[in-house]
This record gives sequence, C-alpha cells and structure tokens, in this order.
Amino acid sequence: MKVASRVISRALYESAKDLFPIIVVIAVFQLVVLRQPLPDIGRLLMGVLLVLVGLTLFVRGLHMALFPLGEELAYSFVRRGNLALLLLFSFALGFGTTVAEPALIAVADEAAMIAATGGIIEDSPDARTSYALGLRLVVAFSVGVALLIGVIRIVKGWPVQYLIMGGYAGVVVMTGFAPPEIIGIAYDSGGVTTSTVTVPLVAALGVGLASSIKGRDPMVDGFGLIAFASLTPMMFVMAYGMWV
Amino acid sequence: MADLLHFANTLLLLMRDVLPIIVVLLGFQLFILRRPINDPPRTIMGLVLVILGLALFLEGLDMALFPLGRVMAEQLTAPGFIYGPGATPPVLIAWTDYFWVYAFAAAIGFATTIAEPSLIAVSIKANQVSGGTVTVNGLRIAVAIGVALGVALGTFRIVTGTPLHWYIICGYVVVIAQTVFAPKNIIPLAYDSGGVTTSTVTVPLVAALGLGLAETIPGRSPLLDGFGLIAFASLFPIMAVMAYAQIGLYRVKKQSQMIKNEAGPTRQED
Repeated sequence: MKVASRVISRALYESAKDLFPIIVVIAVFQLVVLRQPLPDIGRLLMGVLLVLVGLTLFVRGLHMALFPLGEELAYSFVRRGNLALLLLFSFALGFGTTVAEPALIAVADEAAMIAATGGIIEDSPDARTSYALGLRLVVAFSVGVALLIGVIRIVKGWPVQYLIMGGYAGVVVMTGFAPPEIIGIAYDSGGVTTSTVTVPLVAALGVGLASSIKGRDPMVDGFGLIAFASLTPMMFVMAYGMWV
Repeated sequence: MADLLHFANTLLLLMRDVLPIIVVLLGFQLFILRRPINDPPRTIMGLVLVILGLALFLEGLDMALFPLGRVMAEQLTAPGFIYGPGATPPVLIAWTDYFWVYAFAAAIGFATTIAEPSLIAVSIKANQVSGGTVTVNGLRIAVAIGVALGVALGTFRIVTGTPLHWYIICGYVVVIAQTVFAPKNIIPLAYDSGGVTTSTVTVPLVAALGLGLAETIPGRSPLLDGFGLIAFASLFPIMAVMAYAQIGLYRVKKQSQMIKNEAGPTRQED
C-alpha cells in the first residue's frame, strides 16, 4: 500500500512538472503583459487537476497496454514470416486510425468551405460534404500507404533519409502546380493525422519490428513510421486539390 | 451536472475514435495471427486507463487552459493592445509592433509541447531503445525549442504576409543539409518528432493564434493566411532534434580531444 501510494505520488509529480510551463506562460502573459486578473481561479485549478490526473493515467496505460500490444504484434508478425499479412495490417492500421480522426474531420470541413468560397466546387451543402468526405478518405488512404511503405523500409533496412527527401522533393514540385488555396491545408494536414493513441502504437510497432528482425537496429530502423505518416498526406491532399 | 454531461460526451467521442484502432489490433491478433492476448486483464485495464486518462486530460484543457489561451491570443493580436486603446492599425504595419505576439507564440509553443502526450510516448520509447543516450527530457526540450522557434516564425510570416511555401522549402533545405552531417542514428527519430509535436494540446492553441492574427491584420485573409502554423510546428522540431544530437556529438569530440591533449592520467568527466 505504501509502495503504491509512493508510485502514484511520484507519477503525479512527473505530470505536474510537465504542466508547469503552460501554467507559467499563461500566468505571466495574463498578469504581467495583458495586466488582467485570472478569471475564475476555482475552475482553472479544477481544470489543471483534471489534466494532471489524465496525463498520469495515460502514461500508466501506455506502459500497460499500448506499448506491449504494438510490440507483441510486431513479434507475432515476424515469427509468422508473412510479409503480405504484415503489410495488410500496416495499411489497415493507418487507414482505420485516420479516417475517424476528429482533427482531420475539422480540417476537411474547413477545406470544403475554402474550396466553396474559392469557386473550386459548387457552394452547396451537398457539394461541400462530398468534398470533405473525399478529402478524409484521401488522407486516410495516404496514411495507410505511409505505414505500408514505412514497414517495407524497416523490413528491407532502407535508410529513411532518401525516402523522406524524395518525399520533400515531391512536395516542393507539387506546390508549384497545386491551387494556392489548398497549399496551407495540405501542409497542415501532415500534422493532424497522427493521433495520441496511434503514435505510441506505431512507435512500438516500428521498434518491435526492428528489434525482432535480424540485422536491424531499433534506433536506426525502428523510428520513421510517424514521419512517413506526416509526409504522404501533404502530397495526397495537393493531388486531390489538383484533381477536383 | 453540465460538466459531467460534457465529460461523458468527451469520453464517448474518444471511445468512438479508439474503436477502429482496437478493431484492427484485435482482429489481426485473434483472427488472422490466431494468437491469444498476453495477460488480458492487464491489457484491458491499460486501455481503459489510456482512454480515461485522455478524456480527463482533454476535459481539463477544455475547462481551463483552452478558453483562457484563446482569449489571450485574441487580446494580444487586437489592435487596441498593440497600438494603444482606440487606435486603428496603420495601413502599412511594422512587423516590430508585434513583439508580444512572437513572444507569446514561442512561449506557448514550448509549453504546450512539453505537455504533449504523444511526445512523452515517443520519448519514453526513444530512451529505452537508445540505451539512455537520448534522455526523455532532453528530447522533449529539444522538440519544444523547435516548436517555439517554428511557431514564432510562423506568426512573423502571417504579420509580414510572406508566402508560406518559401519558408517551408527553405526549411527542407536546412533539414537536408543537417541530415548529411547529423549522427546517423538520430535521423529517423528527428523526422518522427516533426509528426508527434502537433496533436492534442498544441494544435488548438496555435490555430487560435494564427486565425486571430490573420483576422486582425489588415490585408490578411484568415482562409489564406490563418493556416500554416502547424506546418512550421512540424518542421522546426526536426532541425532542433538533429541540432541536439549534433551538439552532443560535438561536445563528446571536444572532450575526447581535450583528454588526448592533456596526455597522461586525466580525471574522468561526464
């Protein structure tokens, strides 16, 4: 019991340290720069407490479930030795986790508005909904493709930088041809695809694969999946903007 | 009561997001690989903790930090704050007038990144895998500095109205140059850190800042200029993490050189 309470208070202390900078920034700007009182301190403290407890539980759950699940799957796939199955899984994971991502839904709706006001599509609710849905499917597909390529790369041991640089070159070239309205959204969409639940899973999967395949180094080969998942949406969204 | 309902709603939405992930994971594990789950009670408990923790985390942010942060972003970008009460912004604005906006952008970018749960996850993994050479906090601080610089530069871009793609393309060139010189084993991690910085905490606050700026500065359109801050926030951490590794390498080299130069028994430093 005593050990448990020490573990819990230690974890809470760690989370408190993580939150400290935000509290300082907000307090300093509010009190010193803007010279305004903090509104409703009780609610503010309550919110901070919830964030603190939430972060602590999340990190605990990470160690208990998400990391072991990702690693266990990686080991099972390597033991099975069936590459096609592993690739199918990677695509499904990327597509499935992205298509319902709330941040992506928000960005897609925003993009549909811009396209409608810019005269790219008809300004009607129907046209906007189908444009937004199309965009979501395109981004989800691109994340599926990203994980698929990323896993092939880990299995084959290709260095990550050539693929990423090739991707950057693709982004730069496409920027020249894409409609200007879509560029900002395309660049931002790379950042919104990777959710808080997906990231730990994908990281554990990559590291698990790299440590169970002979001749791969978990540090050099295990990371990089998330980078692919942030790069491909930019290209696919610009392609979508050119095509529609 | 309203808070409780709101929390239940957050929890439900989160479960809806996590459902496809669980279906893919369990579908493959149980039906295609046909392997039992290791220690089911522990795994289920862990998943419950992840979902509950994230729901509480989001709820707390929604209750306290997000509304305040948004109001502050609005106030800092309002012409009344920048040019004094009652004044209208001049036709040609000087970028130097927006000092507090850049300062706030950098500070809030740094602070929210430190609290970003997905970055914590990746740092823990990187620390395990690197055998301790990459420290959890070292990586997080490097990434947070990257986000701070990126978001500050992003707000500068909105104020000056310069095209987004030039910044991003220049950024790519720097990243490519650093890739050539940085230690090989940090490169994948550096690329990854660009993608993890921008999720739950950073995006809403940074997006509010960008839209607030684009709305109040004459000649900027929120639609065309409000976006792009996230792109800055994902590009600059890549440079910062590679720089972190390069500085580490440089210091190790310098130290071993000093030890060589002193020739003879030297005291061990770490």
